[in-house]
Amino acid sequence: MSDIFPKWTNKLPTRVIAGALIAGSTVLAGITYYATPKYTRVGYQPVQPVAFSHAIHVDQVGLDCRYCHNGVEKSWYSNVPAASTCMNCHNQILANDPKLALVRESHNTGKPIPWVQIHKTPDYVYFNHSVHVNRGVSCFSCHGEINKMDEVRHAQPLSMGFCLDCHRNPEKQIRPPEQVFNLNWRTNEAAQLQLGEKFVHDWKVNSSQNCSACHR
Amino acid sequence: MADAVSSHGALKVADAPRELERVPLVLNQRPMGWISDKIAGIAEGKTPRWWWIAFAISFSVMSLMAGMIGYLISTGVGVWGLNNPVGWAWDITNFVFWIGIGHAGTLISAILFLLRQKWRTSINRAAEAMTLFAVACAGIFPLVHTGRIWFALYPGYMIPFPNANSIWPQFRSPLLWDVFAVSTYGTVSLLFWYVGLVPDLATMRDRATTKVRKFLYGLFALGWTGSNRHWSNYEKAYLLLAGLSTPLVLSVHSVVSFDFAVSQVPGWHTTIFPPYFVAGAIFSGFGMVLTLLIPLRSVCGLQDVITVRHVELMCKVILATGSIVGYAYGMEFFIAWYGGNPYELYAFKNRAFGPYWWAYWSMISCNVISPQLFWFKWCRTNVVFVFIVSIFVNIGMWFERFVIIVTSLHRDYLPSSWGMFSPTYVDVLTFVGSFGLFMTLFLLFMRFLPVIAIAEVKGVTPQADPHHALGGAKGHH
Repeated sequence: MSDIFPKWTNKLPTRVIAGALIAGSTVLAGITYYATPKYTRVGYQPVQPVAFSHAIHVDQVGLDCRYCHNGVEKSWYSNVPAASTCMNCHNQILANDPKLALVRESHNTGKPIPWVQIHKTPDYVYFNHSVHVNRGVSCFSCHGEINKMDEVRHAQPLSMGFCLDCHRNPEKQIRPPEQVFNLNWRTNEAAQLQLGEKFVHDWKVNSSQNCSACHR
Repeated sequence: MADAVSSHGALKVADAPRELERVPLVLNQRPMGWISDKIAGIAEGKTPRWWWIAFAISFSVMSLMAGMIGYLISTGVGVWGLNNPVGWAWDITNFVFWIGIGHAGTLISAILFLLRQKWRTSINRAAEAMTLFAVACAGIFPLVHTGRIWFALYPGYMIPFPNANSIWPQFRSPLLWDVFAVSTYGTVSLLFWYVGLVPDLATMRDRATTKVRKFLYGLFALGWTGSNRHWSNYEKAYLLLAGLSTPLVLSVHSVVSFDFAVSQVPGWHTTIFPPYFVAGAIFSGFGMVLTLLIPLRSVCGLQDVITVRHVELMCKVILATGSIVGYAYGMEFFIAWYGGNPYELYAFKNRAFGPYWWAYWSMISCNVISPQLFWFKWCRTNVVFVFIVSIFVNIGMWFERFVIIVTSLHRDYLPSSWGMFSPTYVDVLTFVGSFGLFMTLFLLFMRFLPVIAIAEVKGVTPQADPHHALGGAKGHH
């Protein structure tokens, strides 16, 4: 066949296969790293209209999450407070600070502050905050160390895999109910498992894994 | 023949009765060179006018399907007529119809090879090609019936591959078994077909006159020189692939039948389904082989290679499998009565005498009655007659799947959920279009590849047998 194909083509098949394997693995690795929520969502930190610091309000002042997000235990939705909540304190503290001009304006006009939403679940996902916080899932589990953040950023991937990890092993995340809003509470793994298993049993936690639990 | 007993003096010794002459597999003592020229010639030279006409028609019909699928995907599955309670209709009917047709190719190439049925050599290449094209047609329907077809490619939905959604295919579902069964079947069939083609591709390469043809045939001939070592490896590979394909003849359509049998729907939930589906698949496949090969042998002048004996043998397979299918239809009714389940009994009464009675009786007349004509030798050996019956077999087997799917679904347990199915023009044109795809692929195949396994047919000619009167070693024993 030398008149059709030169000799070097004998090595071509092996090279083509090796090249395809390398290219395929590179593409797969690239997609796995760059095109999944671990990369695309984690670290998202948009500039907010008002430089509100969770670190000051929670860690220094000692406010409870529910002072502002007061619907979280009763509603599927964890509300962002109206400016009137801010003004409970800020009519006295930093009452004339220019950084709070937008808050005062919102309070006076009733026009909401245009916060940029960071944590979004897609339209086809049903998520209920109340059922999670009432069964010992802390804010920390999904939002990370928000009490230390000067500006809020996306701390966890919140991918379907992230939800399922916990729904498959809820005992790894469930904590005593009085510690749900204490974002500094930590325990070691063995103690967590012991506590978690007890809570899962006692509270009959039945974390659904069927499609229609979330995709209703 | 007359000298069955000969006398030598007083002692009478009976000679062994002379072996009955079989009709040779290649007629008119065609020499090796004629076989090469004839078969390779179909894919060489000027493209005949009839080919262009047939291709233009097939291609237009295929384009129609492409348009219909585009419309379906851009709009949604609502463009089809299926709706509650008939959630599966023509889509799965067409899928099972096409995948069943493929089974004849695998049976001919694998099982008949292992059973040393030499007559397979004249028909196996075209039958295997038909298998591949039928699998291609079949694969389209389950893919597009989901509407959002790109989900099929996402890791975790059909392909078990770790993904950010932490989901995994449902291995307890027969629909997933189907994905694996059909993709394995397609892959093995393609490999088997290709391995068998290698020596003939080398023939095509050596006969090629243009540079492009030399290059392309040479590329796919994988440097075949016809040396003993090549033949030895080839025979081994072919035998191994035949062994690998043999279970697939039985397993693929068994798994397809599980799509129905594993469910709880009366009319579907029966243990007879796997063997009944396999027999039906082989039945429909041989029907399609005959539908394709009878015109092919006339148009290409291959009557000496695809002989009436070949046609007759295939008719016998149709008769056998058609009888199994008829038995299965009867047994379904018996069990529906004997099983004592009122819903099951109702489902079968409704099949035969309900609103879809015409589909049921079309199926019975085409699948049970028409193949019984092949008990008569005249019916088996008259190719025009065989062609007509093969068309009936194709129609009947499509109706069988339609009857199983639609009549079982259209009457739910609750009469308030009863309904009827009627196809939309999109349903009809997609199905018709799949024939366009099938014929387009088949026409391309016959124009560019040898439609008969040249090397293997030469091995079964009378003169290739050294013990035959025309064979190489004649007169030297």
